[in-house]
Amino acid sequence: MSQVLYIFIPMLAAIFVPFLYKSVKNIHTGWFVLAVPATLAIIYATYIAKVAKGEVFLAELPWIPSLDISVVSYLDGLSLLFSLLITGIGSLVVLYSIFYLDKHKEKLHNFYVYLLLFMTAMLGVVQSDHLITLYFFWELTSISSFLLIGYWYTRDASRFGALKSMIITVGGGLMMLGGFILLYLMGDTYSIRELIAMAPELMQHPWFTWSLVLILLGAFTKSAQFPFYIWLPDAMEAPTPVSAYLHSATMVKAGIYLVARFTPIFAVSELWVWLVTGVGLLTLFWGSFFAVKQTDLKGILAFSTVSQLGLIMSLLGAGAVAFHVNGAADTVFKYAAFAAIFHLINHATFKGSLFMIAGIIDHETGTRDIRKLGGLMSIMPLSFTVAAIGTFSMAGLPPFNGFLSKEMFLTAMLSLQNFDLFGFDTWGVLFPIVAWVASIFTFIYSFYFVFHTFSGKYKPEQLPHKPHEAPIGMLISPMILAAFVVTIFFIPNIIGDTFVKPAVYAIQPFLYSAPGDIDIHVQAWHGLSPELFMTIGIVLVGVLLFVALPKWQGLYNAFPRALTLNNFYDKIMLGLDVGLNRVSRLYMTGSMRHYLLYMFSAIVVIVIGTLIVKDAFTFTFKGAAPIHPYGVILIIVLICGTCIALLAKSRLTAIIGLGAVGYTVALFFVIFNAPDLALTQLVIETISVALFLLAFYHLPKLGKSEERIRFQVNRAIISVAVGVMVTLVALSAHSQKLVPSISKYYEETVYSLAGGGNIVNVILVDYRGFDTLFEIAVLSIAGIGILAMIKLRMNRKGKAHENK
Amino acid sequence: MRTNDVILQFTAKIVFFIIFFFSIHIFMAGHYTPGGGFVGGLLTASAIVLLVLAFDLKTVRSVLPINYTYLTAIGLLLALGTAAFPMLLGKPFFTHFFDYYNLPLLGKQSLHTAMLFDGGVYCVVVGVTMTIIQTIGEDE
Repeated sequence: MSQVLYIFIPMLAAIFVPFLYKSVKNIHTGWFVLAVPATLAIIYATYIAKVAKGEVFLAELPWIPSLDISVVSYLDGLSLLFSLLITGIGSLVVLYSIFYLDKHKEKLHNFYVYLLLFMTAMLGVVQSDHLITLYFFWELTSISSFLLIGYWYTRDASRFGALKSMIITVGGGLMMLGGFILLYLMGDTYSIRELIAMAPELMQHPWFTWSLVLILLGAFTKSAQFPFYIWLPDAMEAPTPVSAYLHSATMVKAGIYLVARFTPIFAVSELWVWLVTGVGLLTLFWGSFFAVKQTDLKGILAFSTVSQLGLIMSLLGAGAVAFHVNGAADTVFKYAAFAAIFHLINHATFKGSLFMIAGIIDHETGTRDIRKLGGLMSIMPLSFTVAAIGTFSMAGLPPFNGFLSKEMFLTAMLSLQNFDLFGFDTWGVLFPIVAWVASIFTFIYSFYFVFHTFSGKYKPEQLPHKPHEAPIGMLISPMILAAFVVTIFFIPNIIGDTFVKPAVYAIQPFLYSAPGDIDIHVQAWHGLSPELFMTIGIVLVGVLLFVALPKWQGLYNAFPRALTLNNFYDKIMLGLDVGLNRVSRLYMTGSMRHYLLYMFSAIVVIVIGTLIVKDAFTFTFKGAAPIHPYGVILIIVLICGTCIALLAKSRLTAIIGLGAVGYTVALFFVIFNAPDLALTQLVIETISVALFLLAFYHLPKLGKSEERIRFQVNRAIISVAVGVMVTLVALSAHSQKLVPSISKYYEETVYSLAGGGNIVNVILVDYRGFDTLFEIAVLSIAGIGILAMIKLRMNRKGKAHENK
Repeated sequence: MRTNDVILQFTAKIVFFIIFFFSIHIFMAGHYTPGGGFVGGLLTASAIVLLVLAFDLKTVRSVLPINYTYLTAIGLLLALGTAAFPMLLGKPFFTHFFDYYNLPLLGKQSLHTAMLFDGGVYCVVVGVTMTIIQTIGEDE
């Protein structure tokens, strides 16, 4: 129980942040906030030892029990690893933000409330074992991330970036919800654990592929995979602590988490292996290739993040291969999942520190444009050291942790060639090649990042501020992360045993019976293997290309802007906006006549269509009354009156024609034995004709030309169609009466029960007096309405407009 | 130019009562023969309109000082009251009662609460019709 409540601690703490901000002015609000992730990190650290042995912890908080919805916290290796990353890096980021954000100039209460909300959302995502609450937290991350990106909401770019990331991630989130619902329908449970247990049955289900694709869409949009990565570079408008936290270490890994979590369910599918591996590799290459083009420090890091996420994603895809290999625990395929998790930890450490360094440079020099920077090495030696550690690790050089994970990555990619299912034996050879080329570009942008910033010529005239070393408080967090980068290289197996293996055990529960069974030992030196030669090749080619960078970097500009995905996105947004506007203008003309045409045509189409589809039209003369000669005469008069009303040139004639129709109807009532109706109809017709004449008399003189109704074919067709429709319906309804009339009852009881003789009136006031009550109410409202419209309008003379 | 409609005015004075009593008749007899509150109300209104045509709105208003908006409201209240009154006795909404009585002068007659309801309808119809005609007629 309390384990569930830990998730909500940051959210609860967020309630107090504004009060602390307003009342305690002297102390930076961040110090209070820092206590939250730090405490949580310590709490989650207490689970490490037990989880490393393969234990899992489960706690449930019922939310909507009748719908079987509850908040479930499920801590296994994977969840715990992510929870520790979230709280650990969260603490460091809060510490960094205390020095990064000025307590007087910034709206700190907003910032920390959003950040704490995000923390709860992220913890919820990684710990939820319940599909619906997982989705709930997932969207909460989207919303809090939207708020954080738009933190400086007075800037155009911030709002644009926030909106873009919102649209893409929420769009993906909705797809994912669809996938979740399909999963629930297939497995009849919301619990991921139970779904994993029934994975083989799920595969047989026809919806399996649908839910696979939909869930992958959710994961790909969140984790910035190709082609959905475009929101991430624009999200760099957020404050740097946010970029470091959300867009490198935590939120963008939510998609990774999702893929890892659902691997046991979907890995049996060929599509899953191909999609995850293929999209991951494509993203890896694409991101690393375009990172070299960027001139903004955070832009480089954003593309680098995209690329590294692709790397992890492709490793998870390759990890799914192990489900198809007999005795995978003994083969080379086992490396992929391990490498994925290992690189995930490494990436969180070095990318977090690099973002913080980018923030420091921005803070101290006033610019992030790499073309203006240079020669900062001697001015900011500490930042340089941290940046160098981070980038060398990113490039995959020893003695940093990136080297180890890169070696394992190459091992995994090389091993794919040996896999002989799904066409990997033919296409598999491409994987290591793409990986190798992407690694070269990774190497180049890493060096580009660090050396173009810190070495080269110092250009003080281009910098807005006079640069100096950052305050030590700002450097603590990146230095801690950099220390991890180095430490992990020397103790990879401790990290592996404590964190990676339990997580791998969670991803591949069918392969191992305990985390300890995973037989992988990370070695810095593993002999003259092909991986090592590939790394040497990467370094050699990378150095060559990096030296020649000024000569070929211009090639990127040759790439036309029209073909970029951003342009594509902008065009879609603009097209939707303009196009849909145009579409609605097309039919929302504002003319009542058009709307009536739509309505009548729709009614005709629907009713006649139903008649035809249901084969409902019947017509018999059975039960029809004989035609009376008076009836014939009246019908002729009626038709004449209608024609006069339609064809008359003068309005006066039309009004009189209409009156004739009304009186004829009264006569019809007479010959059909309805004296009450006839009486009422006569009086009412007289009054309405008088009112028509009144309206006619007051028509404005200007433009009052007497002319016939213009003939228009479409209106004629529709009015004829409406007439035909009503006739057909009336005939069919008359020809197939299903139940006898209830009028017999009235006839028999009108005297005995109601004490009256006039059935019509007794029905009106007694049997169904309710209707009459409201009809007189309608009448009163009409009377009051006319009174109000005429009496209460503003005096025209003098005060023509009530606003003046 | 002042016209002298002495014939119209004289006839109207007589015809008004004929129409008015006919409308009362139609209203009263509605439960057994064609008619009822609605037609009765319309006929009463038309009798008043005849007066309006023969004289003018001001004169008619001084002769018949009726606020027709109030009349409408009274009619609605009467109808609603008749319908709601049985609820006080624990009967469903809109239960009617009737019986036959030997009234002085009139002899054996039936009295029916539906008549009260119809009276409400009558008042509303007169009120609304006259409100409409009066407001439109007074409008400049």
